[in-house]
Amino acid sequence: MLYEKTIRVLYIDLAASKIEVKQRTDLSEYLGGVGIATKLLEETVKPELPPLAPEQPIILAIGAISGIFPLVTKTVAMFLSPLTGEMGESYAGGRLALALSMAGYDAVVISGKASRPSYIAIEGDTVQIKDARPIWGMDSDVVGQFLRDSEEGRGRRSILRIGPAGEKMVKFASVCVDTYRHFGRLGLGATMGSKLVKAIIVSGDNTTKIQNFKDYFRSYQEIFKSVTETDLMSKYHDLGTAINVESVSALGALPTRNLTENHFDEAEEISGEAFAEKSLVRKMACTGCPVGCIHIGQFRRKFDDGYDYESVSVAYDYELIYSLGSLLGIPKTDEVLQLIEVVEKTGMDAISAGVALAWATESLMQDIVTEEDTIVPLTFGNSENYSKAIRYLASRRNSFYEALGEGTRSAGAKFGGKDHALQVAGNEIPGYHTGYANLVGLTVGARHSHLCNAGYSVDQSLKDFDEQKAVNKLFDEELERCLLNSLVICLFARKLYNRETVLKALRAAGYPLTDDDLTLIAKRIYSTKLHLKEKLGFDPRQVQLPKRFFKTPSMQGVLDSTMVERMISQYVEKCEALLAEKI
Amino acid sequence: MKVFKAVEMNRCIGCLSCMITCSAVNQQDHSILKSAIRIKTSGGLTGKFVAIVCQACKDDVPCAEICPTGALIKRPAGGVLLDKDKCIGCELCVSACTVEAIHFDQETQKPIVCKHCGVCVRFCPHGCLQLVEEVQ
Repeated sequence: MLYEKTIRVLYIDLAASKIEVKQRTDLSEYLGGVGIATKLLEETVKPELPPLAPEQPIILAIGAISGIFPLVTKTVAMFLSPLTGEMGESYAGGRLALALSMAGYDAVVISGKASRPSYIAIEGDTVQIKDARPIWGMDSDVVGQFLRDSEEGRGRRSILRIGPAGEKMVKFASVCVDTYRHFGRLGLGATMGSKLVKAIIVSGDNTTKIQNFKDYFRSYQEIFKSVTETDLMSKYHDLGTAINVESVSALGALPTRNLTENHFDEAEEISGEAFAEKSLVRKMACTGCPVGCIHIGQFRRKFDDGYDYESVSVAYDYELIYSLGSLLGIPKTDEVLQLIEVVEKTGMDAISAGVALAWATESLMQDIVTEEDTIVPLTFGNSENYSKAIRYLASRRNSFYEALGEGTRSAGAKFGGKDHALQVAGNEIPGYHTGYANLVGLTVGARHSHLCNAGYSVDQSLKDFDEQKAVNKLFDEELERCLLNSLVICLFARKLYNRETVLKALRAAGYPLTDDDLTLIAKRIYSTKLHLKEKLGFDPRQVQLPKRFFKTPSMQGVLDSTMVERMISQYVEKCEALLAEKI
Repeated sequence: MKVFKAVEMNRCIGCLSCMITCSAVNQQDHSILKSAIRIKTSGGLTGKFVAIVCQACKDDVPCAEICPTGALIKRPAGGVLLDKDKCIGCELCVSACTVEAIHFDQETQKPIVCKHCGVCVRFCPHGCLQLVEEVQ
């Protein structure tokens, strides 16, 4: 908690309906966020049981300065990923970090399975497991509407919920947080569904006296000013991440039509500018962030003759425009938004859902699967059928969608189309085919995400590609992000929260740490993660990468698999050196 | 003399920087519950944000009128200032405010009253909150 070394952990055992709070001073050497979440996962995970066994935990955690500095807005979730079978780690913004802080918890550990569909209401010290039978089956947005009216805490609460896909345990089901943010990746929604937990509501009325107002407010103002008065964050506010659609396509790094191509001829039609001009109606922010990167796009849909229209607003971002746009060959902003809407309502990770459908489309073209399987003829560019297919996937309508709901890797292996299954270690790929650092980064990254070590950025920053340099950069970035994620800052602010700023902010909140301390904490967290991954049976050298990555040229040209293997081995050596260090 | 008004709430992104800085500067507290300005959603996040805040009543000032001890003193430009020593924590002002802009601090047993200092305005990134000259 703020100004304290104690980590306050709320344990919820759904099977026994038991609630317990523990003061864990021993966890303070992990600082918070991903540090304490990794440690708690290590303590509670059951490696011998399947990911969706009732005993498996869900961990939520915030950091030491959550909610009191600009852009320190995220919450980390850790779990055993039902999608990859190994370490699951996902981040969400919204109001959750502030709500947890005001409820008085640094972390929440949820284990067991409820006896009937339930939702968890955490209101400070009062924690209740309530009846969710009437809301079971509801779309994600409708659950939110219902709970907003029936629960307390308006203006300071956070509402997490799953859609039908989570209930059906689609392995890449997501958890929606406060309407527009998500724990998207790696299937937390399925884990919640397996526990029969439809929603979690968090609120509280904790207050905390500022201990050193001058220091605190000086730091706050400095950070606030660099956010709002410099151009460090302007790209995220102006066009948002969608700004990258055209440039990544121009680089030849935008996976298109299931990565049969590396650029989208119609990228201009779904560019950040196109969305801003045609669809953007407002911007929103996570609590405590003056940037406001959440771009809300609106479209209207005719539902009947007689000029009957409905309007729909959804949040869009680069990754969604890639996965539900270029990857499916959709060149229209409205159609991309419509697909985002269905993914939102059903509650799936937008990247994984898009990749799964792109795989199904190509598999249908190659006669690996039949139209009887896909129910509707899936063809690149046909958003109407994709819209239906998303519903079929979320409800696992037939044996084909049942299989696809296990993930693209699993479906590829089952039907014999693994060469064009765009996944790395089971996680569907984000929207970059920049080259070696990206591919190696996704393989070795703790959660197989572009956000582990930003390989896509390493590829773009190295003028003359040097494999050792690239490996070093990936490793250093992953390590530093362990620290940033222990504070759970928004990674858009990673340049802003350099070591100097982090130290200043921590000091102002009563944590007099040194630069060496931070390095040590980062190493401690990364080592713990590596140990845990090993315990869960993961070895990056065993990852089988689909051939498609080596066929379609990347930004760096056609990639050579032996180079990738070599780089992965070099990376593993660096990990081994870290694990040999006395920390 | 200026008063602060929530004039462009349509533009609000819901960052709550106003609440965080109001609580910090005026109450030396990290909790947004200590803020004199409250940002709420109307009809969920798909609705608009509303600011619940002192309207700077000028001639007829209900909260000051009802205060039995004269602890709420009218500001010349509108709104009131709280004299904590005179306040007995009766909460009458809270119920007198039609827009519910006075919050009662259970810890201090005193009302939280906006003094139109403008710190929230300084930290509003979208110009929703503005300091305006008093309307004659």
